Amino acid sequence: MQRIGVFVCWCGSNIAATVDVQAVAEAMKREPGVVYAANYQYMCSEGGQKLISDAIHEYNLTGVVICSCSPRMHEATFRKTAQRAGLNPYMVEIANIREHCSWIHKDKAEATEKAIILARTAVAKVQLNAPLTPGESPVTKRALVIGGGIAGIQTALDIADAGFEVDIVEKTPTIGGRMAQLDKTFPTLDCAACILTPKMVDAAQNEKIDLLTYSEVESVSGFVGNFTVKIRKKARYVDSTKCTGCGACTEKCPSRKGLNEFNMGLNTRGAIYIPFAQAIPNVATIDPTQCLKLKSGKCGLCEKICSAKAIDYTQKDEIIERQYGAIVAATGFKPIDASKYDEYGYSDNPDVVTSLEFERLMNAAGPNKGVLLRPSDKQHPHDIVFIQCVGSRCDDHRGKSYCSKICCMYTAKHAMLVREKYPDTNVHVFYIDVRTPGKNFDEFYRRAVEQYGVEYIKGMVGKVWKNGDKLMVQGSDLLNGEQLLLETDMVVLATAIEPDPSARSVATMLTASMDTNDFFTEAHAKLRPVESPTAGVFLSGTCQGPKDVPETVAQASAAASKVIGLLSKDKMITNPCVAQSNELLCNGCSTCERVCPYGAITYVDKEVRGPEVRGVKRVAQVNPAVCQGCGACTVSCPSGAMDLKGFTNREIMAEVDAICK
Amino acid sequence: MQVTENKAFKPLIVAFCCNWCSYAGADLAGTSRLTYPADVKIIRVPCSCRVNPLFILRAFQRGADGVIICGCHPGDCHYTTGNYYARRRMTTLFSMLDYLGIERARTRVEWVSAAEGVKFASVMNDFVKTVTELGENVKLGDLRCKESL
Repeated sequence: MQRIGVFVCWCGSNIAATVDVQAVAEAMKREPGVVYAANYQYMCSEGGQKLISDAIHEYNLTGVVICSCSPRMHEATFRKTAQRAGLNPYMVEIANIREHCSWIHKDKAEATEKAIILARTAVAKVQLNAPLTPGESPVTKRALVIGGGIAGIQTALDIADAGFEVDIVEKTPTIGGRMAQLDKTFPTLDCAACILTPKMVDAAQNEKIDLLTYSEVESVSGFVGNFTVKIRKKARYVDSTKCTGCGACTEKCPSRKGLNEFNMGLNTRGAIYIPFAQAIPNVATIDPTQCLKLKSGKCGLCEKICSAKAIDYTQKDEIIERQYGAIVAATGFKPIDASKYDEYGYSDNPDVVTSLEFERLMNAAGPNKGVLLRPSDKQHPHDIVFIQCVGSRCDDHRGKSYCSKICCMYTAKHAMLVREKYPDTNVHVFYIDVRTPGKNFDEFYRRAVEQYGVEYIKGMVGKVWKNGDKLMVQGSDLLNGEQLLLETDMVVLATAIEPDPSARSVATMLTASMDTNDFFTEAHAKLRPVESPTAGVFLSGTCQGPKDVPETVAQASAAASKVIGLLSKDKMITNPCVAQSNELLCNGCSTCERVCPYGAITYVDKEVRGPEVRGVKRVAQVNPAVCQGCGACTVSCPSGAMDLKGFTNREIMAEVDAICK
Repeated sequence: MQVTENKAFKPLIVAFCCNWCSYAGADLAGTSRLTYPADVKIIRVPCSCRVNPLFILRAFQRGADGVIICGCHPGDCHYTTGNYYARRRMTTLFSMLDYLGIERARTRVEWVSAAEGVKFASVMNDFVKTVTELGENVKLGDLRCKESL
């Protein structure tokens, strides 16, 4: 029989206001095996933890039940408390009477009754708990960063700086990501390329960093400290070790219909291309869907003119396999498809552009070499209307319910840049709210209004249509209570941002969870913002939620510090709650081996001695370093030989019984 | 409390929630203060595939009126494939229970992610309502268990 202590937490008034904590403790005193029960204001505080460890010593407790918040919150805390007091940490069970009781029920009698049942259930489980000892597994001292934008680059640089090897896998031919497409960055108006490209060069030159561009993660197996990742290096049809990036082939390529992704499709590129002048690696890539030689066998011009003999039409995708201790998701974002918003006429009018397209139109390396011209007739626009919140804070199926966070600031930036470069151009901004929390952000916005004379109009636009060579914008001015009809030359849509479409498959491979908007979920919204709930997987940048550049860089460094903390360890403590086979009962049928997702189960011929068995027989063996403790095998086992430590059949049955008493 | 009909009868509901998605979803329902009836009692399991059909039979034997298994959405299982196993096993078990006279509506499998606190609460409200309408489970209740009460 165990000697169990029950500790009921008030959590200030969070629990105590709805649950009669005294009654719970009194009721527990009558449960079999319970020798001590107490209640305290904050069990997780130093005083509370002392109460627990004192009771463990004084009453010689062999098991502890804490009635408090979710085990996801403080299970680790209380396990450590028990361990310090000399009790095996796995002899601690949590009854979740806050998230699953006091916070969701209003009636005190009902909540108290439920809390007693939950506490009783935990007591019943502890009765059957056995001490468990964690194992150890080695840590592969190498990290993988998925995504080569500013987030991925910053994370990789920081990890490399701490002395660990790190690989960046980037699906496009160059690193740089979205930031490379930007013209200027708020609130300081630094040119994006001027602050980004040195970092790209650093990453390329750092001997600890291996850049795997034009590559995608194919599969991930293993677990924290020991991931095995297959990476597909897509065929460039160019030998990147020979290509000098001279660009002769990109100019001569006769197949010029491909939309230039870097310029958001505002102009075209050849089938063989280098995304932009500062691309890293500065190597050409052939688009196989566009190349005449690859499609029909006729052409081969680039091969003829390449003085470095780098062109190789026979190149094939290559799959490489590498080991990592930690993986960082930095998959980034993309703007939503503006054509869903037909009222703004995006699909029909070339002069209605998205903000990222506008960014390219303003950029010196963009399609117009930095001269702002209307896409339709290459004329200088004298009037521009910006529309904010296109798809953000929008509850219908077309848009996103969240605020995309960056649009207010980049719209202020665009408006300011236009007014500075072209004082003769009028700028109007339609907005719902202007949100400028951030260092020097509001000052920046006010400068746009006060110093640069940008006209901000509170209200939304209902419709945009073409009238001759002008665009008509119909909107409302809420502050003056009037309808407006503006004649303008260009309309810029501040489109919402959403996670990159590749994020979903990356999350599935990493078994990392996502929210309903496909942003990665963090382990704890406030306290563990850069970790995924999946151990060994970390989050960097906008894959976790909308962010501007400074926030992205901050989060990227935070993720790197978590990775460094992990890689600095020589050994990982492994989860002791793994499957175990009872050799006396096992009949060697192989069912468990087939359902195990990790290949943790093998079969051995072993001499077994027991009441009714004697001699050599084939039995299942679980490798505790590989088993992750899902329990699939335990249910599949026809003879009941397989069980999961920490969640045994008897323990769960006892919980069922305690609830249904 | 959203259940208004049949006030005298309070069903006993056992919910098995996987640690990674649904249990976290239940926590989120709690942190968001979304109410659902106290009749629901949650048992934490590492994965929905840890739920042995015997646990469910045991619960019905001991007087549970409804049993619900919650796991990660298909494709999102922390252990890659666990929820697929759970889905297959429960499909078989539930059809057998149906055959034995335990109404199909007393058993349910739901996918609730860690971000779906709202869904967790609405699923529980709906399930409690359904089971309350069905009334007490008398079919599989073990008479010996009843006597001991």
